[in-house]
Amino acid sequence: MDTHANTQATDARPVLEGPDIARVLTRIAHEIVERAKGADDVVLLGIPTRGVFLAQRLAAKLEQITDRRIPVGSLDITMYRDDLRMHPPRALARTEIPGDGIDGRLVVLVDDVLFSGRTIRAALDALNDIGRPRAVQLAVLVDRGHRELPIRADYVGKNLPTSLRETVKVQLAEEDGRDTVLLGAKPADQ
Amino acid sequence: MQRHLISAADLTRDDAVLILDTAEEMARVADRPIKKLPTLRGRTIVNLFFEDSTRTRISFEAAEKRLSADVINFSAKGSSVSKGESLKDTAQTLEAMGVDAVVIRHGASGAPYRLANSGWIDAAVVNAGDGTHQHPTQALLDAFTMRRRLTGRDAGLGQDLAGRRITIVGDVLHSRVARSNVDLLHTLGAEVTLVAPPTLVPVGVENWPCEVSYDLDSTLSKSDAVMMLRVQRERMNAAFFPTEREYSRRYGLDGDRMARLPEHAIVMHPGPMVRGMEITAEVADSGRCTAIEQVANGVSIRMAVLYLLLGGNEPAVTRPTGSEEK
Repeated sequence: MDTHANTQATDARPVLEGPDIARVLTRIAHEIVERAKGADDVVLLGIPTRGVFLAQRLAAKLEQITDRRIPVGSLDITMYRDDLRMHPPRALARTEIPGDGIDGRLVVLVDDVLFSGRTIRAALDALNDIGRPRAVQLAVLVDRGHRELPIRADYVGKNLPTSLRETVKVQLAEEDGRDTVLLGAKPADQ
Repeated sequence: MQRHLISAADLTRDDAVLILDTAEEMARVADRPIKKLPTLRGRTIVNLFFEDSTRTRISFEAAEKRLSADVINFSAKGSSVSKGESLKDTAQTLEAMGVDAVVIRHGASGAPYRLANSGWIDAAVVNAGDGTHQHPTQALLDAFTMRRRLTGRDAGLGQDLAGRRITIVGDVLHSRVARSNVDLLHTLGAEVTLVAPPTLVPVGVENWPCEVSYDLDSTLSKSDAVMMLRVQRERMNAAFFPTEREYSRRYGLDGDRMARLPEHAIVMHPGPMVRGMEITAEVADSGRCTAIEQVANGVSIRMAVLYLLLGGNEPAVTRPTGSEEK
């Protein structure tokens, strides 16, 4: 994912900091409860790597609000990507479906950045092989635009209008040691 | 990784660990209602089997089908090979049909290497066993089974087999499984001891990265895994030991010997087992014998190898320190 591009450029500026991310996730949790009328049948599936941590944080917040255990898992989409033939094979990440499965449930996919929409298309294909949810929704921390497919998010942390020359990098404490969303310029060689 | 998988010795430690980690994720596909991934859709793989094999061929076929590849099975019996066609002509026929990979089993050591390096075909070549030379996917599935049982499914991710002591017992002379395992286990940091009657130890074994012993009992108590090999009668054209009874008394694994293994140690067998010869029914049916698990793991390992060789525009690239691309 080029949204994770390793551009620790000096001019990368934070657009969301730790407290902002916490507030945004709290808001999304409330929106999920509101739209799902209590979130009885919600299953959260994070897309590795950082979507999984966001899904776990969202689940914790949903549990606080609803006082119920919220199933949370991960969905690796590597094998379903449409650009597999354009790169060397990637290492696989973990797919962990909660014990009760996803049949007849409301699956909320969770990812860090929504960009072209191709990751989500792959995720929908992957879900198809795992079960038949009642409905599928999408929650993202940042929507940076530039969609290449007819896909939109149901819950957006922050809409971030970007140009294609910019990079969006999400850092989360679980993986990177701190919570922040950085907006930077793409190095000239790309 | 290289473009072909010919020998377990060609794999670096990072290649091997990547294959084992990938296989761990592939294994989870087997638990799903739909055991299929779209990854190799539109790729054609031919299973070119010049030598009889049931489990390896079926295992490769299952792996190929789970990855959605188109599979062509070719066995020498009843093909043009029995009419006298050469390997070169067979290969070029396949090339003309547009295959992306060839999985080859051949009775002659070196046939897969020849196929991969002669310029006859462009396809990736995977060695599924050649003569008494190599059987790399078997070594990988054995290492995978050891890591799962000795270290754990999740705890093993990213780990090699450093410090594990593996004993390989039996017909080393005729065994490509033993050769492949010695190479791979050494790469993964394990200490390998071969135990066999002197007549079944190959010439040049002193150059292999392993120890050799003629006494099974003295090595048992310090083994984390014992791998029993089948005595390959079909490759024997001389008497290598006096009687089967003597062989099985000195080199067979029975209940008493199994009791002398450390508590955590496992008993492995690449199959097919000859009960009463190298292994007794008591051991083969015990919970410590992983023969059936090895078959299941074989499918996962072959899926991983095929994905890493064919899944992208070039074989997977391993980097020494887990730094991500781009």
